[in-house]
Amino acid sequence: MGGPARFGSSGQSHGAPDRRESANLADILERVLDRGVVIAGDIRVNLLDIELLTIKLRLVIASVDTARELGIDWWEHDPWLSSKNRDLIEENRRLRRRLAAVQEDEELRSIRAGEAEEERVGRRLSSERRAGERDG
Amino acid sequence: MADTTGRATTGPATGPVNGATAATGVYLYAVAEEATGAGPVDLTGVEGIPVRTITRAGLVAYVSTVPLDRFGEEPLRRSLEDLDWVEETARAHHGVVEAVAETAPAAPVRLATVYSGDGQVRDLLDRRRDDFRAVLSQIAGRREWGVKAYAGQATSSPGGVPAASGAAGTERPEKSEEAESPGKAYLRRRQASLRGREERWREAAARADHVHAALAAVAAADRRHRPQDPRLSGRPEWMVLNGAYLVEEGREEEFAAVLDTLRGQGLDLQLTGPWAPYSFIAVDFGAEAEDTRATDTEGTR
Repeated sequence: MGGPARFGSSGQSHGAPDRRESANLADILERVLDRGVVIAGDIRVNLLDIELLTIKLRLVIASVDTARELGIDWWEHDPWLSSKNRDLIEENRRLRRRLAAVQEDEELRSIRAGEAEEERVGRRLSSERRAGERDG
Repeated sequence: MADTTGRATTGPATGPVNGATAATGVYLYAVAEEATGAGPVDLTGVEGIPVRTITRAGLVAYVSTVPLDRFGEEPLRRSLEDLDWVEETARAHHGVVEAVAETAPAAPVRLATVYSGDGQVRDLLDRRRDDFRAVLSQIAGRREWGVKAYAGQATSSPGGVPAASGAAGTERPEKSEEAESPGKAYLRRRQASLRGREERWREAAARADHVHAALAAVAAADRRHRPQDPRLSGRPEWMVLNGAYLVEEGREEEFAAVLDTLRGQGLDLQLTGPWAPYSFIAVDFGAEAEDTRATDTEGTR
């Protein structure tokens, strides 16, 4: 079953009989990260919120996007899988990115507008000056 | 980090540890019924730290005392970005869960669930006794099996369309005596390629639906998870089914037999397990725990 591409295989020696050794890391990760009892411990680490999920993004979002492209989205109707949290976070991230882009855009535009305005004012001043000289 | 395991600071935190200077926390792996679980455990968990039990309300929690300099909020946040750490920790967590689940119906808890002391864990067992009991009774005598289905290579490289599309870019636009401009031809080929690909996908997806339905008929419960990304599954083919099936121990042979009849129909089927019933203990205690968390837990013993 071909090992997972980008993970080394380390950390085997826990006291349990190691018949699980061969369990695919991907299978383990999706289970320990995504399933089982979700309780808020006292140490607040929101696994959904952490970019960690660098991995998660890599393994989940990537596949979600490709699948979505192909119109396969059955899990969106699964109340557990489509945990609104996750969607919200995804959405959040997207919005934040877009906002940043918009703000940058706006800044650029206002800078450009500012420059144009300065130029206009400069031109008007100099033409008024010229007119004044003519009149005077 | 390999050499920092099992240090002297990891002794059981029996005393109150909720002082501001508390250097340890309690890492929770799984919860089982006291009647079936319990007993002294000889396991090591995350970072090689020994596993111990906390019993309360007829339930037993499997925990490790962990140093907060590595399992506190900030250290965890950083560590979780480290794939090697995540792998090691996930394997250790999983190892404990599996070992416990082998001896008793156990509810696995999500990775990196850490409490500030034993009192908080007891408090959790008290408050959630009924929920845990309900969940545990559903999985007694049943085990989880995973079945993944891969659609063959065909789906990843559209067969009928030659790889010539790559050469399209090198064609000279000047050669416009052709009926179709290279650009258009390229787009047309690309479109056809996408269409063929999509069709193959749809076929594979329909077959996956069939496989899933057949397996679910033998199972006590079933779940379809997201397909894994090729980078993680380690296989280049499309995963079209990532199913989990909770099977009565008495029906496991039947389950395997059904799976065998489904092989050789265009999908490569891969069986994994048995697993602790991770997929069937989907309980989210998050919201309420948040409300009660803020209260001073000193008095809850």
